[in-house]
Amino acid sequence: MDELLKRLTEAHGVSGDEGEIREILKSEAANLADEVSIDRMGNLVAFKKGTKSGKKIMLCAHMDEVGLIIHNIADNGILKFSTVGSIDPRVLISKKVRIGKKKQYGILGLKAIHLQEPDERKTVVKTKQLYIDIGAKSKDEALKLVNLGDYAAFDTEYLPFGQGRIKGKALDDRLGCSVLLNALKCRYPFDLYACFTTQEEVGIRGAGVAAFNIKPSMALIVEGTTCSDVPGVDEHMRSTRLGKGPAITVMDATSYSNKDMVNKIIETAIKENIPYQMKQSAAGGNDAGAIHISGEGIKTAVVSVPCRYIHSPNSVADMNDYYSTSRLVEAFLKGCE
Amino acid sequence: MDTKDFLTELVDTPGISGYEESISLKVSSVFERYCDEVRTDAFYNVYGKMTDQIGEGMPKVMLAAHIDEIGLMVKEVCEDGFLRFVSVGGVDQRILPGLEVIVHGKESLLGIIGAKPPHLQIGDEAKKALEMKDMAIDVGFSGEKIKGLINVGDPITFKSPLTTLNGTIVCGKALDDRAGAAILLETMKQLKELRFEAEVYFVATVQEELGTRGAIISAFRVMPDIGIAIDVTHGDMPDASKEETFSMDKGPVIAIGPNMHPGLTKKLMDIAKEHSIEYLVEVEAGPTGTDARAIQISRSGVPTVLIQLPLKYMHTTVETINIETVKKAGMLLARFISSMKEGWREWMNY
Amino acid sequence: MKELLKKLVLCYGPAGNEEVIRDCIKEEIKDYVDEVKVDVLGNLIAVKRGGGKKVMLAAHMDQIGFMVTYIDEKGFIRFSRVGGIFVQNSINSKVVFKDGLVGVVSYESEIEDIKDVKLDKMYIDIGTKSREETEKLVKIGDVAVYANGFAESNGRYISQAMDDRAGCVLLIETAKRLKSSPHEVYFVFTVQEELGVRGAKTSAYALDPHVGIAVDVTLTGDTPKSKPMAVKMGEGPAIKVKDVLIMAHPKVKELMITRAREAGVPYQMEILEAGGTDAGAIHLTRKGIPSGVLSIPTRYVHSDCEMVDASDMENGVKLLLKILEEEIEF
Repeated sequence: MDELLKRLTEAHGVSGDEGEIREILKSEAANLADEVSIDRMGNLVAFKKGTKSGKKIMLCAHMDEVGLIIHNIADNGILKFSTVGSIDPRVLISKKVRIGKKKQYGILGLKAIHLQEPDERKTVVKTKQLYIDIGAKSKDEALKLVNLGDYAAFDTEYLPFGQGRIKGKALDDRLGCSVLLNALKCRYPFDLYACFTTQEEVGIRGAGVAAFNIKPSMALIVEGTTCSDVPGVDEHMRSTRLGKGPAITVMDATSYSNKDMVNKIIETAIKENIPYQMKQSAAGGNDAGAIHISGEGIKTAVVSVPCRYIHSPNSVADMNDYYSTSRLVEAFLKGCE
Repeated sequence: MDTKDFLTELVDTPGISGYEESISLKVSSVFERYCDEVRTDAFYNVYGKMTDQIGEGMPKVMLAAHIDEIGLMVKEVCEDGFLRFVSVGGVDQRILPGLEVIVHGKESLLGIIGAKPPHLQIGDEAKKALEMKDMAIDVGFSGEKIKGLINVGDPITFKSPLTTLNGTIVCGKALDDRAGAAILLETMKQLKELRFEAEVYFVATVQEELGTRGAIISAFRVMPDIGIAIDVTHGDMPDASKEETFSMDKGPVIAIGPNMHPGLTKKLMDIAKEHSIEYLVEVEAGPTGTDARAIQISRSGVPTVLIQLPLKYMHTTVETINIETVKKAGMLLARFISSMKEGWREWMNY
Repeated sequence: MKELLKKLVLCYGPAGNEEVIRDCIKEEIKDYVDEVKVDVLGNLIAVKRGGGKKVMLAAHMDQIGFMVTYIDEKGFIRFSRVGGIFVQNSINSKVVFKDGLVGVVSYESEIEDIKDVKLDKMYIDIGTKSREETEKLVKIGDVAVYANGFAESNGRYISQAMDDRAGCVLLIETAKRLKSSPHEVYFVFTVQEELGVRGAKTSAYALDPHVGIAVDVTLTGDTPKSKPMAVKMGEGPAIKVKDVLIMAHPKVKELMITRAREAGVPYQMEILEAGGTDAGAIHLTRKGIPSGVLSIPTRYVHSDCEMVDASDMENGVKLLLKILEEEIEF
């Protein structure tokens, strides 16, 4: 079991509340980089000076994860919440979350099946109707355990399972963060800025600020992307497939990858014998969306670890895909002058 | 200048999003009575600067409240003198039938958005909401007379002057966010009585209702260290849930969530407690629908707080607020600014 | 102008892949300007140097297209939209890839009701019989564009990509005919407008002009039982009042109206209820840049038969020339 991946994925870091994951990444990066700093949006930037040129390349992965935020505490001690980032309410029913700094347990209950009308089970529950029970009987009792505005993350244990696969929460994009840490182990000819960004899930808000500060000539974004190679999905809708290697994006909802960079990434994969796949859908956005249009424009490309069931309590990824993504990123960077 | 008088003048001055010249001039002239320097940019954002003691490394603070209002715009001048229109900003079409408006063409003309009387309605007509595309404004002129006087693109504002309902409860159109501009004025007045060590910019922004556009360009211009956005939130209305609305007399509402800096927001709440200023808390799970959204991610990022005034019946012509809360918000913000001394940077650490 | 327009609309250039159209435009404009350069995202910037204020004219080079996402066992191609591709405009239309490979777009015909057809139920047929055969010709990421060709009918021109090659033509013609100007004029041919006015953002940031005017197409309200809209083909270029991305700056709008009157050019006022242009990006750049739009009335936008009026285009050039030849007071 990869202990670091366990710590990274289990740490809390819902968009706007990235403190815990930032501290872990900061101490890991401090051992590897020349300088580590935090900017005004809370982005963590690890800088590694180049051996030859002053050319600036930005490597990017977001630290934040989707989750919940408590927006109301009722008189009967029940909590009401909003989702932070995009979460399908249907995946929340009957799950456990950990709330606030004290990681108070909360459960998303639902009226027992015995007490439901037959057609009730067929209706889609809206986020507004859901609630969290923390075992408190009154508002006062609840306030001893949680506060208004506390963030809640899925209560998910990281575990390897099946054949070389892992399951956990926030694989999107703690896997990307781990790839960045791996890349920081080397020194490159150019100045490397490894950026762990905030608030990607609520509108790609951290990355633009990081890019404005650094003004790199090029940026490579490492994501955890949708993989829907599961029953009921037509072949052509599967976006990416588990076990087929890192996915390279031509175009997604928020950016069109720079073609020279994409060609170079593919060449590198072939040369180094690293499996890869082309991302088969143009859906999904990520930090590249904000970075490429920063200032006078920045060349960007996106490479992703395929993850099943992102934005839910349990995502699944293939360890080989993760290792391959890491190798591909490092090899690509080494080939940059 | 008295807050209620200021509000009365503001509510009466036209300024739909994109056409803020008049309201900008009005705000600018009032700001001049309190600020060291007042400027206006090409888009009519107004910047009032105030300083007191000069300290090295003192913060640059930007307060923002938007002065644009939702309204309508002439889409077509019909042959028979009636005007077809589109909305500018989020206008609920159900407020329109029977409303009085002012059409700002070569002259400003009074207009009525016609409503068909019940006597002439057939069958199920009465059961459906009327759609904007089927409505027309009657300015009482014939097709010939109106030619040249009114043109496609002319802005249209609602006619709804500030009215006192009861005590400090007043209503009118455009209190979203002219009430916020009144909070800027209150803050200026209070700050004049205090000592402070900051470069303060009171910015009356434009085109917020179209997507915080004025805030995007004004934040880029000012480059603040700290952002304070001032807007409105929902006051408790009989037909809305308690979960989403706020009491009209428990003070201003301070927002928490990813769009607001947690350390800075906590400091604001500490100042409120220190000075016994009542406040409520609103949790916002994502980028808010206010200028804070734009300010927070300007250039290198700006730690931002958001303070809101409870307002009932938002985006109608009978928006309702409590003037007492305007004053409390002004007091809170003035004290907040006055508390920024050496070491203010630590409030913004992560 | 007709020949130039024909050349440009037949040139390949979907959003994100503007190399070919960029070279084409560069050839056409380079002899009429002082300098031509290409920036990071691929915008083409041609400048006619001068003193005075910096004026930025913008027309986008990119067109909408179909991106290959999957090749099935029989060789049929599944795709994603690149920009505003609509189902009703693409059924059974002819498309072409960069190297000239032709295909037909159609849908899973077991669907009875056209309303149920969505893009993921559609495919491109290039006439091959197997996956292997197709894979020799296309790969994931390749983009096809509408290939209907160019036609003329009664003083009107019909083809795909009038949006916004017609705008590009206006810029080139203006550069050709501009004798003198008190301003420094930048003719910017932007990329990726169809994906969210992206090229305009970075080019405006780099130039930081005094004023920006985008030249793009707009819809009309002059076809049978059309959605009501004041703009009509043949009644002159339209001066933008508002669209989803911009409230045209009152001073720029006034400037355009004044110059149109002075030049004796017919014009119309335009309110577009759905859609935006590069000006939407330009005006919110840096500290804000007063901007407006000169629109070319166009029918059937985003289909392979977009129609424009020759006189509207000629009058558009006349208006642009007048604006550039005179002072800008604000």
